[in-house]
Amino acid sequence: MTAPTFTLIVFAVSALAGFLGALTGLGGGVVVVPALTLALGVDIKYAIGASLVSVIATSSGAAAAYVREGYSNIRIGMLLEIATTLGAIVGAVLAAHVTTHAIAIVFGLVLAQAAYQSFLPGHGSSTDVESDALGRKLRLGGTYPVDGEMHSYGVRNVPTGFGLMFGAGALSGLLGIGSGAVKVIAMDRAMKIPFKVSTTTSNFMIGVTAAASAGVYLSRGYIDPRVAMPVMLGVLGGAFLGTRVLAHARVRTLRLIFGVVVAALAIEMITNGILGKV
Amino acid sequence: MDDRRLEIIIGNLLRAGVLLAAAVVLAGGIAYLAQNHGQAVSYRTFIAGGDDTRTLAGIARSAAHLHSEGIIQFGLLLLIATPVARVALAVVGFSLERDRLYALVSLIVLAILAFSLLHAT
Repeated sequence: MTAPTFTLIVFAVSALAGFLGALTGLGGGVVVVPALTLALGVDIKYAIGASLVSVIATSSGAAAAYVREGYSNIRIGMLLEIATTLGAIVGAVLAAHVTTHAIAIVFGLVLAQAAYQSFLPGHGSSTDVESDALGRKLRLGGTYPVDGEMHSYGVRNVPTGFGLMFGAGALSGLLGIGSGAVKVIAMDRAMKIPFKVSTTTSNFMIGVTAAASAGVYLSRGYIDPRVAMPVMLGVLGGAFLGTRVLAHARVRTLRLIFGVVVAALAIEMITNGILGKV
Repeated sequence: MDDRRLEIIIGNLLRAGVLLAAAVVLAGGIAYLAQNHGQAVSYRTFIAGGDDTRTLAGIARSAAHLHSEGIIQFGLLLLIATPVARVALAVVGFSLERDRLYALVSLIVLAILAFSLLHAT
């Protein structure tokens, strides 16, 4: 394959991944990595390096839009970023010391979880609660708009959430993904933060988490300019289009289709990892 | 200055940073394709590149010589800097609000990021 052909195909695949990732809220990274490794035969280290920079692009690019909606909570995000950044460094260092087969298998398991999640209804499990002692002490509670009215919410179980965030960071560093799904679970399920606040705060945190492993990725050569260029531009362009059409799309149907695709990728990834083909 | 105004300013700065980074990457990408249009490529086996794509000094040198891959890599560095700038601005913002606890929290995150980026490269 010549350089322009490769660039064009990778750009197209990444744009599609960014588009679907934005529409379904699952992010572009989970599709870009398997697409590059399984369909185009790219070594997984190049794939996770390129994915990591595209994750930073979509997170930073969308921050303004999320803030305007009035959901994200910068205090919760910043406090939990201590855990995600430390986890990300551990994950990125780990990526160099485990085999690519192992990375592929772990990636497959994360894909399986994402598939499962896309079959669930897209709202959270928690109702608004009062903060517990630590949540109050850290002033983590806030307000968010519900049908034009401001509702206040509290934050509970900070240590559990902190621990889960370390895990989310480690997965992000190991696999070059945003691991937004795990971040949302930590906030929504464990810390009882409203779902809308959890998802937007998670998006805000993803870029900072990814930046923590970027240094390790860069120095090991995972971020190759020839691969990262079309991936970053494609995912960014696709995500931009995705957020534009989000208002008109039938997201429920899309999530189901996406779930089937991701489930198939999960099986491919795990099988190829076990057979040693990735 | 309240949290929300601070966040809106930060959000707009981040978007500008991403657009700038994307423009630099695109310029480098066009130059790269113009120079390598007949080149066969394969990424089946991972081989780490040289210093000019892996270290801050190497990337700066390569970009200054207008090497296409150096320009792309420089654009990606700008992109990696956007979340770091976001945390740095939060340190300033919380300090202006006289919120010592969260100024400290942001400072810890900034220190972790700085350690990771400088230690690794």
